[in-house]
Amino acid sequence: MDKIDRILEKYGHQRSRIIQILNDIQKLQTYLRRDALEHVSRRLHIPLSRLYSLATFYSAFSLKPRGKHLVTVCMGTACHVRGAPAVLSRLEDRLKIKPGETTTDDEYTLKTVNCLGACALAPIVVVDEEYHGQTTADKVERLLAGYEKPKAKN
Amino acid sequence: MRSRRLRTKEYRLHLLVCAGTGCVANRSFEIKEELEKEIARKHLNDEIRVITTGCQGFCERGPIVIVQPDGIFYQQVKKRDIPHLVEEHLLKGRPVKELMYTPSPRETPVPRMMDIDFFRHQRLIVLRNRGRLDPENIEEYIGFDGYQALEKALTRMTPEQIIREVKISGLRGRGGAGFPTGRKWELCRRERGRKKYIICNGDEGDPGAFMDRSVLEADPHSVIEGMAIGAWAIGAHQGFIYVRSEYPLALKRLTIALAQAEDYGLLGDDILGTGFDFNADVVQGAGAFVCGEETALIASIEGRAGRPRPRPPYPSEKGLWGKPTNINNVETWANIPMIILRGAQWFSSIGTAKSKGTKIFSLVGKINNTGLVEVPMGISMRRIIYDIGGGIPKGKEFKAVQTGGPSGGCIPRTLLDLPIDYESLTQAGSMMGSGGMIVMDEDTCMVDVARYFLNFTQEESCGKCPPCRMGTKHMVYVLDRITRGQGKEGDIEFLEQIAENVKLSSLCGLGQTAANPVLTTIKYFRDEYEAHIKEKRCPALVCKELISYTIDAGLCGGCTVCAKNCPSAAISGEAKKVHTIDQQKCTKCGICISVCPSKFSAVKKVSPVLK
Repeated sequence: MDKIDRILEKYGHQRSRIIQILNDIQKLQTYLRRDALEHVSRRLHIPLSRLYSLATFYSAFSLKPRGKHLVTVCMGTACHVRGAPAVLSRLEDRLKIKPGETTTDDEYTLKTVNCLGACALAPIVVVDEEYHGQTTADKVERLLAGYEKPKAKN
Repeated sequence: MRSRRLRTKEYRLHLLVCAGTGCVANRSFEIKEELEKEIARKHLNDEIRVITTGCQGFCERGPIVIVQPDGIFYQQVKKRDIPHLVEEHLLKGRPVKELMYTPSPRETPVPRMMDIDFFRHQRLIVLRNRGRLDPENIEEYIGFDGYQALEKALTRMTPEQIIREVKISGLRGRGGAGFPTGRKWELCRRERGRKKYIICNGDEGDPGAFMDRSVLEADPHSVIEGMAIGAWAIGAHQGFIYVRSEYPLALKRLTIALAQAEDYGLLGDDILGTGFDFNADVVQGAGAFVCGEETALIASIEGRAGRPRPRPPYPSEKGLWGKPTNINNVETWANIPMIILRGAQWFSSIGTAKSKGTKIFSLVGKINNTGLVEVPMGISMRRIIYDIGGGIPKGKEFKAVQTGGPSGGCIPRTLLDLPIDYESLTQAGSMMGSGGMIVMDEDTCMVDVARYFLNFTQEESCGKCPPCRMGTKHMVYVLDRITRGQGKEGDIEFLEQIAENVKLSSLCGLGQTAANPVLTTIKYFRDEYEAHIKEKRCPALVCKELISYTIDAGLCGGCTVCAKNCPSAAISGEAKKVHTIDQQKCTKCGICISVCPSKFSAVKKVSPVLK
């Protein structure tokens, strides 16, 4: 909780900066843990229910833990017309999960985003922080191969 | 103070490496490192300097490297090209043809950036500094007349004079609705009360629009300068810049820029010794499209869920924390320094009678030259798509262009010569919006596009008012049914009816405009709806439930590639023999069609008429 206190410190314990605070906590822990939210609630005197309301309203926040790799599929208009739905459905079939879910072995979390603003690369899949442009359904297998377990151990 | 020393040093050549999001995704930072290494190896460090700049706009061709002062444009530069590039051009002075832009295989390479059609037809005001300066170094912005407008405004103009100037310029909000900026400022200025705020709306949520991201990444100081001028005119001392969380690079550069501006006394207390105080802070969004609506955005800055509230009162009366607040978007703010510096007359000489200046469009989708273009208002769609955008890839037929994001509509081929301004787009059933232009070709299904947008607005609807919450859901339901081949007679009329109701009775802009994609696609592409409903057929071969994949026995070479790649083992056939697809097993993922070698092109998509 020290790290969370430091985040609260950074924003001067101002209740109005709560969204920035949650953004930072999410970055730190990859999702909003219940104990973290309870801590923030006590420190800033914000009801836990209000934090829950914010955490569920804004799509950047997640209340569930994330897999080792975050696979984000851009579903912006440019990606859509260039074939993003086929890429997404291939990923769903391959990982056997829907967007927002995590594989049972905790390796991958699948997510969609509305637009990354890098439309020249459409359709785009971002794995962790790495952009993969012009992705098509047949490239999905090779793309995931780069993140399979043996390599992830290094 | 490293930058100060650098400035006094003269270099023979400058290499500008684009570091916008698109090029960074194409590993432009590796290109920069490699260039520096190679330059050091050839002992050219004292003669040549490598700079990373903001987005050049021609994202399709990234990573981009420009050699100045000659303006030689290199595109799609790869790591392995660097030794050759350094040796030939930088050392021996022979520009490398293979890395230049070539409009088509038959034509000769175009060496200079300004001779390339994509750049030649543009008129840069907001993007004036794009790709020519390092956005993380304030001195470079100052070197290109940066903060001169602020100095002029603070020392030689009264707030009233500034507002008059902005009014005469005819500048209208670039975020979508097109409200006259000068009038907005005047309303806020007139409000009593000592505490006022200004906000920069950088919550660029329209999918396919990324001009605000690019401005913030390439030239953050132009926005900050515009805001400082606006603050002086309105009488505000605190500003907020709200940026969506999907833009990490823009957030980073903006934060650096604000700190530097403060260091140089261009923000903070007693700016330029004039006694005027102004501070600005960055606020990061958290992924909610509706926060682009001004009252929702204000709620979000206040730390609440971003749900819009009814207007009036408008933010100019009661905005952030109940105080008078002026909101403009990124592109609007970035116009201000140029209007102050060069004058309202100059600005208003560009554009049409009611829409002045330029507009940035992001040209994306089925277009050869994807990228950002800044053009004078009044230019025709045809010139943007064909002269600048280079037309449609693979010789396909143009079908429509979607403007205005989820609030906009689809404009058909018959309106290609429409001069673009706020009024003409609204009249066509679309809107200017933030300036996204998504080009669609014959392979795009317009019913699927309408469903895509409605699905988007339905997910992003905040749920506060029932017409939007339920109306969008219902439209998605009907559109979904149509694309699955379960459309019924009367569905089109039913859609039109809900659309009209949602439009008239929704609380905010999101709901009021949500039906535009449906209404315009019905208006201009009714035949496609009818094909789906009556014939259970998707003419563009997009809707999964209405198409199937087959292998043309006359073309199949029996190479087995499709069978090997099929993830659901639906393809059978031996080597050198014709393959067949088991329709029961086929999941229609389309992999077979993309792996089938082009010498055969045997896999076909079909959508037969079903009664």
